[in-house]
Amino acid sequence: MAYSSKVIDHYENPRNVGSLPKDDPNVGTGLVGAPECGDVMKLQVKINPGTGVIDDAKFKTFGCGSAIASSSLATEWLKGKTVDEALAIKNTDIVTELSLPPVKIHCSVLAEDAIKAAISDYRKKHQSTTTSKSAEEKAQPSA
Amino acid sequence: MAIKLPIYMDYHATTPADPRVVEAMMPYFTEHFGNAASRNHPFGWEAEEAVDKARKQVADLIGANAKEIVFTSGATESDNLAIKGVAEMYREKGNHIITAVTEHKAVIDTCKRLEKGGYRVTYLPVQKDGLIDLDELRAAITDKTILITIMTANNEIGVIQPITRIGVIAKERGVLFHTDAVQAAGKVPFNVNDLKVDMASISAHKMYGPKGVGALYVRRRNPRVLLAAIIDGGGHERGMRSGTLNVTGIVGFGKAAELCMQEMASESERLRKLRDRLNERLHKGLDEIYINGSMEHRLPHNLNISFAYVEGESLLMGINEVAVSSGSACTSASLEPSYVLKALGAGDDLAHSSIRFGLGRFSTEEEVDYVAEKLTQVVTRLREMSPLYELAKEGVDLSTMQWEVH
Ligand SMILES: Cc1ncc(COP(=O)(O)O)c(C=O)c1O
Ligand code: FES
Repeated sequence: MAYSSKVIDHYENPRNVGSLPKDDPNVGTGLVGAPECGDVMKLQVKINPGTGVIDDAKFKTFGCGSAIASSSLATEWLKGKTVDEALAIKNTDIVTELSLPPVKIHCSVLAEDAIKAAISDYRKKHQSTTTSKSAEEKAQPSA
Repeated sequence: MAIKLPIYMDYHATTPADPRVVEAMMPYFTEHFGNAASRNHPFGWEAEEAVDKARKQVADLIGANAKEIVFTSGATESDNLAIKGVAEMYREKGNHIITAVTEHKAVIDTCKRLEKGGYRVTYLPVQKDGLIDLDELRAAITDKTILITIMTANNEIGVIQPITRIGVIAKERGVLFHTDAVQAAGKVPFNVNDLKVDMASISAHKMYGPKGVGALYVRRRNPRVLLAAIIDGGGHERGMRSGTLNVTGIVGFGKAAELCMQEMASESERLRKLRDRLNERLHKGLDEIYINGSMEHRLPHNLNISFAYVEGESLLMGINEVAVSSGSACTSASLEPSYVLKALGAGDDLAHSSIRFGLGRFSTEEEVDYVAEKLTQVVTRLREMSPLYELAKEGVDLSTMQWEVH
């Protein structure tokens, strides 16, 4: 299988590898995939509760090069985005950016799932406080 | 000395033709191009003579009589001919075939097709070390069993089955015994009489000969094995395999067999040392790596290792100047990970983390050292980005975690 130069770049120089403290109330953690399927992605976001903006994002991935590249790219895109902007990221955007072939599309799906899982984890922690909508509205003036 | 990249360490997939083999073949493309079946002129006679010589060379390698060698297009065809040929010829006697789950696809898929045609097939499981259990084999034999087909050495994990003992059991019960000896012949001693096999498949390109030529050994005495042909035509190869003989390929096959016979003892010793060196270096540099299959009953030039917490395809990407293969294939991409490794029961996650190393005639110590060092680096780097490694280091038992399997 030939990899696109962007996949190779992310594989060789992955952005934002690492972990954030998962018990931090402002950190959302998504863990998707399964070892027996050959892919597990952990993606974490640290969200500013005041602005609803993602201040930091980290990942760790067990999976093929395209899965590593998809999650690396996702963390790059997430930083600085609001929660709603982050939720608007589609796997197809990742496919296009990394020129993934059809058999690798699900690697990008996994990255999208990981983003959604991380944000939903964050929201669960903040259930009683704010919704993302109001967080985004609050974010407007300060942006 | 600068090392030449890329490094080939996938000798189970195929081998380069030995230059001496190529040299032997050359005249048969041009000068001696005759059809071995042409009886009326010297062109045909020369070709026939060359084929006879090669037939003897191949037979000698496996302790057979030249008359027991049927040339084919390769071991896939040999496996098909042995299994389908017996199935059809002995249909009146029975319809049951015994094989194992770790066989090559050429055997498994042939058996599957026969099942559609009303045959019954038992696929024996293997134990953790990759070996079949002889008691299970004995128990599987019925009065309808016409064939046992069990490979000599496995192409992924290099595990060598107890062929002699299987041969004895087959004989006792009056069942024919075929073995796919592709990975063993020419590499380790393989003698059809010592091993009591009735049919054996071999392939030239796995033993430094050309691609597209192989043979099926078919016993002529004690018992005399009869096969229904699967390719009909001019009645070549005593009616068992019609088609103009691939004279150049056969000449190369013969030469390759002769060289293997001469060099087997020293070559296998040399490769065993290299293989053990690779294994030791990897174990020195990395923890939590697991050898798949028995180390005791194994080809000397094979190593198959799972690097826990690291996925095989990403590992191959990191060592892209080294040609090896992985048992990983993402299930989400609807490819199954190696069925051979799954059969060992080690867990699919370890199948996804596996690399097969196949050493061969042109492998060097420098190459082994390079590969060991490079792999150590890449595995270490990938583990740092593996969520599984992180969880394991935190003391989480991965097997008890709830995964959302898609
Ligand atoms: C064990 C085994 N059997 C059969 C084959 C098929 O051989 P051939 O490539 O000659 O058809 C192979 C090679 O892939 C093999 O490893
Ligand atoms: S994660 Fe399945 S092929 Fe990439």
